[in-house]
Amino acid sequence: MSLRTPVARARGLGSAKEGAHHWWVQRLTAVALIPLTIWFVISVIGMIAAADSADAGYAAMASWMSNPIAATLMIGFLAFGFYHAALGMQVVYEDYIEPKWLEVAVNVVTRLVLAFFGIASIVSVLMIAFGG
Amino acid sequence: MPTATQNRPLSPHLQIYRPQITSVLSILHRMTGVALTLGTLLIAYWLIAAASGAEAFAAAQDWIGSFLGVLLLLAWSFSLFYHLCNGVRHLAWDLGLGLEIETVTQTGWVTVAVAGGLTLVAWIVAFAVW
Repeated sequence: MSLRTPVARARGLGSAKEGAHHWWVQRLTAVALIPLTIWFVISVIGMIAAADSADAGYAAMASWMSNPIAATLMIGFLAFGFYHAALGMQVVYEDYIEPKWLEVAVNVVTRLVLAFFGIASIVSVLMIAFGG
Repeated sequence: MPTATQNRPLSPHLQIYRPQITSVLSILHRMTGVALTLGTLLIAYWLIAAASGAEAFAAAQDWIGSFLGVLLLLAWSFSLFYHLCNGVRHLAWDLGLGLEIETVTQTGWVTVAVAGGLTLVAWIVAFAVW
């Protein structure tokens, strides 16, 4: 006989209104990424246009990221993008990887790697933005 | 113990079916998603190089401008546009729109055309301003 009550065992297993969280944030990040992706592509082409030599590329990048709105949109693009990537990869693993422990292990590694690179990207944007 | 379940007909495997626009585009959405995930790591490399200084950034830009870099960028840009367009298609389905089979086929071809067109336009403009 367990000392844990049925309620204690049920807690934390996910209640109603929480099961759709993965599905919901995948859509939420997808919607955010629509305008951000279009902005990113146009901005990168704009940056190519602003740089007329190899040396000017760095200056164009620094000038682009020193605009607070551009830096904000870039960080948004990165944060939503890396998160959306992690959510999507999880679904692919769930469908194709057996056994379960391997699927979970690969998912954990993916999440941590994407989180690490996402943080590194955002730190880099901030460093360029602040003229580091 | 022999049971009736052992002789149940099995669903044919994927390779038995003739490829259809619906199934091919569905698989392409996943493949481009995985490609873009790998691509985010290259964006991270590009940004880290930029934050490391002018020399590191110039090296990164040189690598991106190389044959392999341009090839990867071409694949990445098409993946981005395709995943974007097909993602909008998916969001419409989530709203219950365009789920009739003829509509799904039509929007599928439109998605391929728009994604291909956007990739072409982006590269033409990029080369024009380069």
